[in-house]
Amino acid sequence: MQQRPLRGLALFTVLSLAIAACGGGGATSAPPTGTGPSVPAESEPAESEPAESEPAESEPAESEPAESEPAESEPAESEPAESEPVESEPAESPPDGAGLTGVMEVLAQYTEADEIATTRYDIFTDQNPDLEVTFTESNFDAATFLASVAAGNPPDVVRMDRAIIGTYVANGALDPIDQCITHRSIDMSQYRQSAVEGVTMGGQVYGIPEFYDSRIILINDSVLEEVSLTVEDIDTSDWAALSAVNEQLMAKEGDSITRLGFDPKIPEFLPLWAAANGTSLISDDGLTSNLDDPLVAEALEYSVSLVEAHGSASDFLDFRGNGPGGVDFFGAQNQFVEDTLGAFPMEQWYLNVLAGASPDEGVSFAPFLDREGNEITFASGSAWVIPAAADNKEAACEFMRVVTLPDTWYAAAEVRATTRAADGEPFTGTYTANSVADERIFSELVTEESAGAYYEGVQLALSTADDAITLPPNAAAEEFTRIWQDAVQRVLNEGVSAADALADADQEAQAALDAAQP
Amino acid sequence: MTSETRWALIFLLPWIVGFVVFTAGPMVASLVMSFTDYNVIQEADFVGLENYERLLADRRVKGSLENTAIYALLHVPGVIILSLGLAMMLLRVGRASGFFRTAFYMPSITPTVAVGALFLVILSGNGLFNQGLSLIGIDGPNWLTDPPWVKPGLVIMSLWSLGSTVVIYFAALRNVPLELYEAARMDGANAWQQFRNITLPFISGAIFFTLIVNTIASLQIFAEVFTMFFGATQSGAGQSSALFYVIYLYQKAFSDLEFGYASAMAWLLFVIILIITAIQIRASRRFVYYEGSR
Repeated sequence: MQQRPLRGLALFTVLSLAIAACGGGGATSAPPTGTGPSVPAESEPAESEPAESEPAESEPAESEPAESEPAESEPAESEPAESEPVESEPAESPPDGAGLTGVMEVLAQYTEADEIATTRYDIFTDQNPDLEVTFTESNFDAATFLASVAAGNPPDVVRMDRAIIGTYVANGALDPIDQCITHRSIDMSQYRQSAVEGVTMGGQVYGIPEFYDSRIILINDSVLEEVSLTVEDIDTSDWAALSAVNEQLMAKEGDSITRLGFDPKIPEFLPLWAAANGTSLISDDGLTSNLDDPLVAEALEYSVSLVEAHGSASDFLDFRGNGPGGVDFFGAQNQFVEDTLGAFPMEQWYLNVLAGASPDEGVSFAPFLDREGNEITFASGSAWVIPAAADNKEAACEFMRVVTLPDTWYAAAEVRATTRAADGEPFTGTYTANSVADERIFSELVTEESAGAYYEGVQLALSTADDAITLPPNAAAEEFTRIWQDAVQRVLNEGVSAADALADADQEAQAALDAAQP
Repeated sequence: MTSETRWALIFLLPWIVGFVVFTAGPMVASLVMSFTDYNVIQEADFVGLENYERLLADRRVKGSLENTAIYALLHVPGVIILSLGLAMMLLRVGRASGFFRTAFYMPSITPTVAVGALFLVILSGNGLFNQGLSLIGIDGPNWLTDPPWVKPGLVIMSLWSLGSTVVIYFAALRNVPLELYEAARMDGANAWQQFRNITLPFISGAIFFTLIVNTIASLQIFAEVFTMFFGATQSGAGQSSALFYVIYLYQKAFSDLEFGYASAMAWLLFVIILIITAIQIRASRRFVYYEGSR
């Protein structure tokens, strides 16, 4: 059946049915697009700042400088350009972007965006005075994006979570950008490897990495002191010892939890625990589920045991989300101030939150170690991508290049550093997926003085950023995530064994991956 | 065609156009889509009954239907009984009834997403609701994170917005002829007998209407639950017990880009609602009394 004649009506139909199914009013109205699941929990909030909602471990991305990266002007010799051409990209446009004309629509916020975003966008628009740049003034939302695709008028460049790119690639919504990379001499070696892996499918690159989240362990000093432990005792390589530490850190009054010990941050951080146990949830090519790997089951079983040591999983989860401190995760009465948490692995952007909300709180930092004792972390973040049906791919390519250049990042970070300094607020850095940019930002703009007590954490986050693993893009992106997170929930809430839950999940995930292949 | 009929059709035309363009047309198109692998982006291929066969084998469809059915079974009687009780109390407050009607209705105009976010706080382990229960010696459960209590918690939340049902019952109750109560009292009927034999029959039409409307609404619940368990402020727990049918439909369409499958899901829900409504209408012949019906 040919879709084209029915295209508009078809989307309209499904949207209408979804809206109708969601009800026309009262308790059943459809969700606003902004709350849609399109952007998963790990989606991007406004640029480098975390969304102040709640402990949904997600948020913006940040990164660290690799010791000595090449300067950003390096041409693209490091990145292959073996992919298929982006049809509408004229081959002879100049690499500096001069001469770009027409209109380019960016799926991102501008008016409500922070200085990290607006400064970079302004640099691009200043460089291209003959190009009319418009912004959708929204973050990525699948419903909105798909509606624009169905209407044949998608934005020219889209800011999207790297974790969901696979689905859009598999469905033909995104073009590979290898020719853009070659043509614009974009040096892909400046971007962190795990971030580039997060936008690469089938050997072709589909996006330019933007922000970069990595994870380190944050430790509550006053709790450590209270139970006579040291930072060195928070060692994720020794699971037996960590269990004992968890017991020491936690506190209860009767059956009620009054303090979490070591929060393993599951379900979200299962990939990190699996990596610590020497495995991954999915094969490197993103085609095969690895959920039935006994090492994954062992990692899940162990991380669940850290939760269950507190009592029931529901008590633990309720305390984590709604207990003292947890309910003010982004505020001055956070769990470190309230002493309701011993330690947890967390994205490094949270340093920014703590530095602002509780600058004087005693927090120590430790790397997440695998069972061999090696430092590891898990990376996520956003990327810029070009829809296959975009009209102005040439401008989109240049936009992606410019807004992720080290100089551009530096300029944006400098604005923020200046603003924070003027406001008397700490500045712990802007973590990008560009290691050259990070090197400059963190060596020149982030100081012990600007980051305060969190400087040590910043340094640790930077030093571990290149040890990051990431889940490779896969065609069933969000569905795959839902499946393994559901398995974790079954173990936590239903008492199903980790092996059984993951065996079921593996079958379901493999079916989803197979069905999602183009 | 008489002139009167023509004018009637002319006046109906805006509605007819709206119905065809915004309801019937999309429904027919979605029926077609349900037999394809449509994903918005690429050309659709006809896949026959594959989507419907998958529905039968999809354990999440089964789980989400179970969740939805349990919710509906708790929500609909809860709304009807509580609303009727409130409406009957409103009859007794005299001039203050206007104020209370407004007060009861206010939550109905609160944005559903805001309601979801609000109840994340109210229903948390140490939230207002459990604090209230503790005053009467009840140690409340974790409404948001303990799977068996998630759906009852959502029903509690839904009861917050029963203003429209209260208003309907209030209007129906005021239409019950007072002389019937007088006659019943003279015959020695007690309060329950009056309620059972006079009030209920006279408001049975209103009860029937709200039964159908609330049943359909409960089978389509989405926004508040999505906000609480699947959106940006998700509680991060109990998600499988809060996976209602329309939420799963939304995920299949907008997260997994399986619009053909989502269309099939929408049609399954449509058929389920159709069957339930048909049963309710048939049953209504036995218990609904229409005064002056011909």
